[in-house]
Amino acid sequence: MLGLILFFIFAALCVGGAINLLVQKHPINSALSLIVVMGSLALIYLLLGAEFVAAVQVIVYAGAVMVLFVFVIMLLNAGVEERVSQGSRVAMMLGVPAMIIGLAIGAAFAFHLYGFDRIPIGGPEIMNGADVFGNPQAVGHLLFRDYLLPFEVTSILILVAIMGAVVLARREE
Amino acid sequence: MVPLSYYLVLSAILFACGVAGFLIKRNIITIFLSIELMLNGVNLTFVAFAAQLKSLDGHIFVFFVMVVAAAEAAVGLAIIIAVFRTRETLNVDRVNLLKL
Repeated sequence: MLGLILFFIFAALCVGGAINLLVQKHPINSALSLIVVMGSLALIYLLLGAEFVAAVQVIVYAGAVMVLFVFVIMLLNAGVEERVSQGSRVAMMLGVPAMIIGLAIGAAFAFHLYGFDRIPIGGPEIMNGADVFGNPQAVGHLLFRDYLLPFEVTSILILVAIMGAVVLARREE
Repeated sequence: MVPLSYYLVLSAILFACGVAGFLIKRNIITIFLSIELMLNGVNLTFVAFAAQLKSLDGHIFVFFVMVVAAAEAAVGLAIIIAVFRTRETLNVDRVNLLKL
């Protein structure tokens, strides 16, 4: 019961932050509302028993990546977004509902195809943080034994990304 | 106890908000933020199914998604800075050199 209440609180924060990201005009406000989304998602991960993922979410996403974003927004002095093309008003009025309807029909078709619609509403209940199984020890065991090669490939990816960022952002003389 | 479908609905809402922001917004940084929102929605699905199936593989996938997202953010923001240096704008409607 407590898990359900906590889930609804953090889910409301998540959805509110996501909608605020869409509504705000200034990029810095969008970035800060995305931090709210990521923080409440970390708490939902804790609710799901994923301790390691929650910690990484806070450190990497809400910490490092978003600091990078805020830094770039302030560096480029990004202002309120301006609209250049105004001709797409009709397309937006028709396009957004059409996309929602199309996605709903597609989802219903896919659900029917794979038999998901025979699962009762509400679905199976999942365990909560009471017995935590995603602690760093367990994840580390899996990561450094079964997934060692992908983990090492990841380090090469990060190295390439760092070099690419440096080369791209360098001022050409 | 929270049903699995609640988590899936929440992640679908987050993903849909990300898609909407990607399509509606005109500021290149906000478009980038919408992509991060979509990645977060997918991550929630991974963790929810990992808890449902009592398997840790989903957590590993989330880890790799986060790594790729961090690399993508670094390179993407460098590209944004380079574009701003040459075009003096962040509006994607004004970056139209390849447009006919």
